[in-house]
Amino acid sequence: MRPFEYQRADDPAHAVALLDGDPDAAYLAGGTNLVDHLKLGVATPGRLVDVRHLGLDEVEETDDGLRVGANVRNSTLAAHPLVRERWPAVARALLAGASGQLRHQATTGGNLLQRTRCVYFQDVTTPCHKREPGSGCSAIGGYERYDAVLGASESCVAVHPSDLAVALACVDAQVVVLGRDGERRVPATELHRLPGDHPERDTVLEHGELITAVELPATQAARRSTYVKVRDRASYAFALVSVAAAVELDGDTVRDVRLAWGGVAHKPWRAGRAEAALTARRLSDDGISAAVDLELVAARTTEQTAYKLPMVRGATLTALHRLQEGLQ
Amino acid sequence: MPDPRVQLTVDGVTHDVEVDPRTTLLDLLRERLDVTAPKKGCDHGQCGSCTVLLDGRRHLTCLALAVSYDGAEVVTAAGLDEGDELHPVQQAFLEHDGYQCGYCTPGQVCSAVGVLRELADGHPSHVTADLQQETEASDDELRERMSGNLCRCGAYVGILAAVRQAAGAQR
Repeated sequence: MRPFEYQRADDPAHAVALLDGDPDAAYLAGGTNLVDHLKLGVATPGRLVDVRHLGLDEVEETDDGLRVGANVRNSTLAAHPLVRERWPAVARALLAGASGQLRHQATTGGNLLQRTRCVYFQDVTTPCHKREPGSGCSAIGGYERYDAVLGASESCVAVHPSDLAVALACVDAQVVVLGRDGERRVPATELHRLPGDHPERDTVLEHGELITAVELPATQAARRSTYVKVRDRASYAFALVSVAAAVELDGDTVRDVRLAWGGVAHKPWRAGRAEAALTARRLSDDGISAAVDLELVAARTTEQTAYKLPMVRGATLTALHRLQEGLQ
Repeated sequence: MPDPRVQLTVDGVTHDVEVDPRTTLLDLLRERLDVTAPKKGCDHGQCGSCTVLLDGRRHLTCLALAVSYDGAEVVTAAGLDEGDELHPVQQAFLEHDGYQCGYCTPGQVCSAVGVLRELADGHPSHVTADLQQETEASDDELRERMSGNLCRCGAYVGILAAVRQAAGAQR
């Protein structure tokens, strides 16, 4: 591990000031991803600014929803009675991620900023545009099974690994960010970006911007929401594909529906075309499959990733069936 | 710049040490404080053998920088017993042969203690069918909750029986 200076921030503004003047500095929160990357040599910051002790660890009810501090642990958030009742997709996504130990350590903000598990990104002996811009991409034409099928570029085919991010994109959460010029809100659907020519940038955040909270708006659809994760083993694995779904029904007719997919792109993929095709119609298997296919028109697969398309269709059907039956 | 100081209470004993910021909690415990119950397995957060109870919750020590845990209270599998009396989870592992080589056992035991607390606190899991209902300590629930601890010998049958017994004893 490369030597680094360790500094504990006193408050959020102090943390931002410490990073702002130092391009070689990084935030440390739960550390479940960063400490691993320090060991692997994937991350080599000269200075770590510890934000674990800033507070920001409360879940508060607001006029129109819930405000979740960035340091709230994943296990705490998943067990929160209001999250379980009004945003079950968020609780389900958190519970589908990692292990009991890791969920106690990992934080809400850190979860969103975790980096891809693309095997080439994590292996410093191989070229990777995301780790070292300009060096090449070993994933294309290599072991492709986990790669993106939507929104990938010639530079990068990595997928974003967070389950929570997919659920937040589905329930239209807002991410509260503190920067040098004050606070701003970024919709969860826009926090992460497609790779384009700059796959080294996972999010739209500038260096030094600190996630301080996530806001969950209360909607009828979010109350009837769930998360379906498909993975190689039944537990403790990243998603091959995942689906967060929320629906407000009037009998069998869809009044409002939100769908977000994980494991298919460099960011949580909000399936807007599928949502439009499902809205104001009766939910049926044929209708759901057709809506999913409309969204997947833009998909590009290889022999190794072709399986993801029927898997997304199946997981979406499962999620919407569950919600139709009143299950979470 | 001098190395930062960290104060930790481990199995009831308080330590005050200078640490290189790169030191993980696991390496501090094993290499500097001679606390060898937590084991180094994968060292990347994947096997669970370094699990301890940190401020009451199960926690991996291989993915924690010691410098960030100043003031923490750590309980390892070796610190769970009360004098001559084994902790009910330790006793259950013994009775059900929840180990073969034993390397993963301290992490399994700490995790099991954490699991029972989480169940008692009403925390749901991935396999909990209804998030609104109270959760039963069914075999499915215990398997899912213990899934962050790997055992290469495959002593899972004994481990499950042990955790099931400890869960029953707690009720």
